[in-house]
Amino acid sequence: MELLVATAIGIMTAGGLYLVLRLRTFPVILGMSLLTYAVNVFLFASGRLTVGAPPILRDGVTTYTDPLPQALVLTAIVISFGMTAVVVMIALGAFLGADDDHVDDQPDTADTKPEGKA
Amino acid sequence: MNHWIIAPVVLPAVLAPFIVLAARYHIGIQRTFSVAGVLALMAIALGLVVQVSDGSILLYQLSHWAAPFGIVLVGDRLSTMMVLLTVVLALFVLLYAIGSGWDNRGRHFHALFQFQLMGILGAFLTGDLFNLFVFFEVLLIASYGLMIHAGGNARLKAGVQYVLFNLVGSTLFLFALGSIYAETGTLNMADLANRVTLIGAEETVGIRVAAVLLLLVFAIKAAVVPLHFWLPSSYAEAPAPVAALFAIMTKVGAYAIIRVYTMIFPPDLQATAGLHDLWLLPAALVSLAIGMVGVLAARRLDRLVAFSVIGSMGMVMVAISLFTPAGIAAALYYIVHSTLAGAALFLISDLVRTGRANLELTPQPPFGGLALTAGLFFAGAIAMAGLPPLSGFLGKLLVLDAAIGSDLVVWIWVIVLVSSLIGIVGFARAGSMVFWKSHGEAASEVASAMTRPAVLSYVAAGGLISLLVANTVFAGQMHAYTTTMAAELFAPQPYISTVVDTPGKLSKPKEGL
Repeated sequence: MELLVATAIGIMTAGGLYLVLRLRTFPVILGMSLLTYAVNVFLFASGRLTVGAPPILRDGVTTYTDPLPQALVLTAIVISFGMTAVVVMIALGAFLGADDDHVDDQPDTADTKPEGKA
Repeated sequence: MNHWIIAPVVLPAVLAPFIVLAARYHIGIQRTFSVAGVLALMAIALGLVVQVSDGSILLYQLSHWAAPFGIVLVGDRLSTMMVLLTVVLALFVLLYAIGSGWDNRGRHFHALFQFQLMGILGAFLTGDLFNLFVFFEVLLIASYGLMIHAGGNARLKAGVQYVLFNLVGSTLFLFALGSIYAETGTLNMADLANRVTLIGAEETVGIRVAAVLLLLVFAIKAAVVPLHFWLPSSYAEAPAPVAALFAIMTKVGAYAIIRVYTMIFPPDLQATAGLHDLWLLPAALVSLAIGMVGVLAARRLDRLVAFSVIGSMGMVMVAISLFTPAGIAAALYYIVHSTLAGAALFLISDLVRTGRANLELTPQPPFGGLALTAGLFFAGAIAMAGLPPLSGFLGKLLVLDAAIGSDLVVWIWVIVLVSSLIGIVGFARAGSMVFWKSHGEAASEVASAMTRPAVLSYVAAGGLISLLVANTVFAGQMHAYTTTMAAELFAPQPYISTVVDTPGKLSKPKEGL
């Protein structure tokens, strides 16, 4: 299980990083979503992986899941969800306004190139 | 328990929805409430500064939960000073936004402004790392809205870059928090300071990775080279009052570095020893150099100011990365100066834009209010470049003085002095191009018909400059105060014991975690 979770985080982070380094906004936003998934699972795992135990801490309880990372993940999910919505709206506005969805600034002469090489 | 310390967070949080819901279509009411809110915040911030001036630590336990379990707000000399600085800056920025009419060029300026204040003030007051993340997000999401206020393609494009860069930074922050929690089982700063020292010498890998990740996140916020790429476009394209308010946002990163790396990972901590002097100081020196070279190379006035902000952040980070009480005291003095000077220059560049077609550094016909604007720019440039008599010079002198005894003292002196010279040349070139050469150009009818900036705009920009003068005149008292602050930071035991030992709900069973 540790291997599975660690591999999942690794693959999602790698994919997310690759997409974040792309030229156009849409893949970059997808990459950001992948990265936030990766970090959510990572936060979840930071309280150690425990199977089948309740996240309740009481006197006399020996096995329990750490409840705090679950609260942290919940906060992180809500925030990243809102942030993704904001960035989609701003990127859409920028694309519709300028008819250009490159993430970086294009040099003035490179308008005719199909894939900007800036 | 004293409830005043949560007021800087609660007041804007209540005011902003009120402005959206009740005063959406009435700019006059929005302005009144916004200014009244900032004035009330200023009174509260002054009260907090007075309360902690005897060295006491203000602690606020939300819902009375004891420290490692509940969220705490903590006010000491450093955080209350940063709160006061933010609110003072916010007042002048708000006056400028109202005077220049920027707040009426798009919707919801005042509500977003209040949310922005809530995020910044919360980040300064919180005593919990995850809470710091949440307040970072609050200030960021408000800044996204402010950044693209009034729209325009160039601004939206710069906004996309700004948002994406900061989203990556937030993700990195979460990774850092996850690693810290996995290693120590707590995210409360004071509790962390206790637990990090307990980590054995052979198990430091995880905590070292976490410390570096956290440093990276704060360096992104503080725009330390090579993590500064988000700053020039977004500050130059943002509306001028917003860019001026953003002058405090880089300082949030500097504040977080000072707080975390004096209390949780102090320089003499075995696990993370050698971290800052190896990486932070060279990076800070490169930031300083690149910022000032950028000042000389900039082709537009707003980009010039943005690069000067990078340069002055480099200066702050040089002083911080010495990690001596003298260095931190100099850094704190310079933070006040650099915030005021950066904000003043952004406002002044907008005064120039009011009368000119654009901000290109080319000779153009004279514009309304030229003499007064030129005078303000002259004062602001002197402050930013660090020439006597203004506080930039004193701050630079303090940094140079604090650097004696460091291993890299020669490098620090050479880079600080040479980059100052480059900065002076850059500002002189910009000033002569924009203000003096304009007299050679024939004034067209279009130019003479352009309006003068409003009086309130001059009051706001001039007010910031006069605060710089005050910071110079009272430099002795100011530096004495930052020196006590630095001493307090390097002896964090009262802070830690106040936070950890104050009883609250759930504070008795210490076992189990």
